[in-house]
Amino acid sequence: MIDIAEPQREILGHETMSVELHPAERPMRRVFLANRAWLGTLGVFVVMMAIFIAANPRVFSSWGLYASVLTTLPVALFLTVPLVYIVTAAEIDLSFPATMGFAAWIFALVVQAGYDPFLAIVAAIATGMALGLLVGTLVVYANLSSLVATLGMNFMLRGLILMLTQSKSIALVSLDQSWAYKIFSSQLFGVPVQILWALAFVFVCALLYNRHRFGVQVHVVGDNPDSANEMGVDVKRVRVKAFVFMGLGAALAGVFSTMINFTWWPTSGDGYLLPVLASVFVGGTPTWGGIGTVVGGAIGALIVSFIQTGVVGAGLSGFYVQFFNGLIIILSLIGHRWNQIRYR
Amino acid sequence: MAERLIELRDIAKSFGRVYALGGINLRVDKGEVVGLIGDNGAGKSTLIKILAGVLKPTSGEILVRGRAVTNWNAAKSREAGIETVFQDRALAVQQTIVTNIFMGRELSGFFGWLRAAEEEREARRLMREIGFTSRVFTPQSIVGQLSGGERQGVAIARAIYKQADLIILDEPTTALSLTETEKVFHFVRQVKASGRSIIFIGHNIYHVFDIADRFVVLDRGTVVLETTRAETGSAEQLINFMQRVAHPAANSGAGSQ
Repeated sequence: MIDIAEPQREILGHETMSVELHPAERPMRRVFLANRAWLGTLGVFVVMMAIFIAANPRVFSSWGLYASVLTTLPVALFLTVPLVYIVTAAEIDLSFPATMGFAAWIFALVVQAGYDPFLAIVAAIATGMALGLLVGTLVVYANLSSLVATLGMNFMLRGLILMLTQSKSIALVSLDQSWAYKIFSSQLFGVPVQILWALAFVFVCALLYNRHRFGVQVHVVGDNPDSANEMGVDVKRVRVKAFVFMGLGAALAGVFSTMINFTWWPTSGDGYLLPVLASVFVGGTPTWGGIGTVVGGAIGALIVSFIQTGVVGAGLSGFYVQFFNGLIIILSLIGHRWNQIRYR
Repeated sequence: MAERLIELRDIAKSFGRVYALGGINLRVDKGEVVGLIGDNGAGKSTLIKILAGVLKPTSGEILVRGRAVTNWNAAKSREAGIETVFQDRALAVQQTIVTNIFMGRELSGFFGWLRAAEEEREARRLMREIGFTSRVFTPQSIVGQLSGGERQGVAIARAIYKQADLIILDEPTTALSLTETEKVFHFVRQVKASGRSIIFIGHNIYHVFDIADRFVVLDRGTVVLETTRAETGSAEQLINFMQRVAHPAANSGAGSQ
């Protein structure tokens, strides 16, 4: 029989006999390791911007370029961040563009009917969350593949919009007179205020993700649903909640996008499907569930938003945009593969 | 005389006309490690599921601290302080030790925000309690970085946090090397020293012998041998005992060495 160590002597772990600090014990290194996913994404962003600026310093030193990105980026942020939750819970949602369009439609209808835009925002959020609940219930309780079921829901909801509106857009000309517009969509010292609201959203969501019961349960459900179930986590409920949360984000995205344009289009949201999906994965959230990064996802959205502006601004024609989009996605994925270890 | 924790009297379980268990008597005292040995199909997992309240026995009686409990189910099992640690599906390996220990019962305060500092303190205390001391790993370490034996330690710490009086370890060392097995044994001894009881299940005598105070050998749904380590002396002698009752598990136990 092997003599086992007394409790006070450390028998566990590797290299316990060495006197100097183990690498994992250095506080700085610990912080770095815990945040390596989004730090990697930040690195990609910095390198990309450095290349753009070097290519055309004059264009990239003008504030107008940044202001235009900062006006449209918030919409992508409201979509990307909740999608990180969904992917962490080992699901996927392809129905958010239609949910966004639908919630924005309700917003436009309520404003058009002469009600206060604040009321319209509440109505839009309620619509988004209800649609999220519907999609989530369908996926979770009917036990459907979220990839296929949400794809179907995206077509169905968009089809419903087109049928009911006969594909007519709604112009909201009086919107800029309202308090809601001044608070959510004007400029503050040249900075579009949308970006401030979006950053606040990212901040709260990052806390919710890491420091809240909901966030932790999303992690464990995506990591090991059997174990979570055995330990008393209501796995189905957590998954449905994630879809409701996605609906909330999609509604906010729809409201902000309508306020930017003063117009609701029946196709509102359609263009966001692929860039937002790309943002989540470029941001460093892996596809297999259980882990992810909200801050990384936000930086991923920033990267994706800047590619188009950057490629054109650097002096290349618009035909180059798609190629660079793809290049950045592939390079980021290779980077994250090297940066992250998958534990099983 | 040691205080009796759980006692099974004449527990039988049949699935249709097939008898999985035919009248088992088993007792576990406070602060005792019982080694439950049996081959595949001997009835170990049926017995565990009955203890966990997942399966209902066809007949027989279950006593908790000397008192008979009627309508035994999962809730009553938990109430009695019984926790089962399953070998493979127990942990979320991409999460921290803290997250795993508090899975499903997070310490949260206002509006569901985690009391993270408190969780970490409590996790540290639990790890110390089972002798999981390391300079390399903290409660914030990812479970995937731990070795097999250390992962069992996390599962055991979680069971202790759930106020378990009896922890059932289902083949915790089957897939582990000798050093890793020693780590699990180390945790088990610490848990035993704190006055809790353990049922340690294995199909190999050598996996169980060094840690158990008492052995219960199951075969085809019945207890074929019950003995203490003091009576047996060595694993070889236990195998001899078992061979005397012509038990197939003995051969598999000796054969795998």
